[in-house]
Amino acid sequence: MATKTISLTVNGQEHSCDVEPRLLLVHLLRDMLDLTGTHIGCDTSHCGACTVLLDDRSVKSCTLLAVQANGKSIKTIEAMAEGGQMHPLQECFKEHHGLQCGFCTPGMIMRAAELLERNPSPTEEDIRWGISGNLCRCTGYVNIVKAIQHAADKMQQQEAAA
Amino acid sequence: MIPASFEYHAPASLDEALSLLQTHGYDAKILTGGQSLLPMMKLRLAEPEHIIDLNGIPDLSYIREADGCLAIGALTREVDVESSALVQNLLPILHDTGKHIADPQVRNLGTLGGNLAHGDPGNDHPATMLALDARVKILGPGGERTVAVREFFVGFFETTLAYDEILTEIQIPLPPAMSGGAYMKLERKVGDFATVGVAAQVSLDSGGRCARAGIGLTNVSDVPVYAADAGSRLVGSALTDDDLRAAAVLASAASRPSDDLRGSAQYKEAMVRVLTTRTLRLAIERAQA
Repeated sequence: MATKTISLTVNGQEHSCDVEPRLLLVHLLRDMLDLTGTHIGCDTSHCGACTVLLDDRSVKSCTLLAVQANGKSIKTIEAMAEGGQMHPLQECFKEHHGLQCGFCTPGMIMRAAELLERNPSPTEEDIRWGISGNLCRCTGYVNIVKAIQHAADKMQQQEAAA
Repeated sequence: MIPASFEYHAPASLDEALSLLQTHGYDAKILTGGQSLLPMMKLRLAEPEHIIDLNGIPDLSYIREADGCLAIGALTREVDVESSALVQNLLPILHDTGKHIADPQVRNLGTLGGNLAHGDPGNDHPATMLALDARVKILGPGGERTVAVREFFVGFFETTLAYDEILTEIQIPLPPAMSGGAYMKLERKVGDFATVGVAAQVSLDSGGRCARAGIGLTNVSDVPVYAADAGSRLVGSALTDDDLRAAAVLASAASRPSDDLRGSAQYKEAMVRVLTTRTLRLAIERAQA
């Protein structure tokens, strides 16, 4: 099958790639661009480990063709820290033990990033509903929810201080 | 898991999309949100030779009032249906339905048109559109036609859409005053397909009796079910508990569930009765509010 040339921005950097139409976005990110922070968990659209932002909306990169990202902007976990400084979500996952094995964490954080962008002060229910597409097999979610709540507070304080 | 090879087309207009469908015929599948199609392709349950991606076609995503209807563009994402003030105010039943579909990431991409055109009896919107007596606008080589959703689903994953047609818009008649609707879904976990889903839309007359009632069912047959008898049973009634129970029994009789991992057929029939009563109560409460 003929390949397609696509151009897309990933973490602020422009890329032009020749891809087979059937290539999934997650494979483009991991195998062609070496961005292995985005994980493949279930491969069946259930677990959310592969969540990235596509034009600021969280999507499962195992359920999107790379060609569909043509002309679009992608953000992955690798771009969350800036200038050596972790994103408040990353800091709070660390401080509040929001992870054990860590496999689901990149997806959790990318999903939480969009959640907090749309709803800066979510209730516990908003958070639980908001991460309903992300599975964690270790934590029981309690500390993940706590980490996102604290990140929301931290981001609001930073906003107020700025 | 990787889909089988296919040729990818990204038409810039509906005309171009129609001519691609003409050329590639039955070997083509339309891609919008892709949240059902891509998993099927990864599992090799679907192996289309051509994918026609409609996402580059402008003006297919909108929610607006027009001619007594709420018109929704086929490519409108679930997330936009869910967050629409028009939908929340005019059609709470649709808001209920949208927020119970899969999970936020899937709703960010999944489209209302795709949810209907896919023809999956497990999808949630069909029941709601049956209850609301919605119509779909379909564009084909011969022009445009409009089909009542109550005539749209004809078999398992089968609709009246021909291979060379595109569903472009959903039209929902705006309910009169004193109307209310609700959708309830019994699911094993958030994001799962329904074990049973029930949509109910009710209109009251000035005396508080039932003027109109539509009831649709999710995942209890090989097609989405329009429980016509259950709705008719309510019309003219005072909507007493006995009326609701009688309608629930008729709704259950209209279902044809099968045994699967989500439960036995008998259990699902019982759950249709329970959910129909509950959904009707909430719909009536909203109509009275």
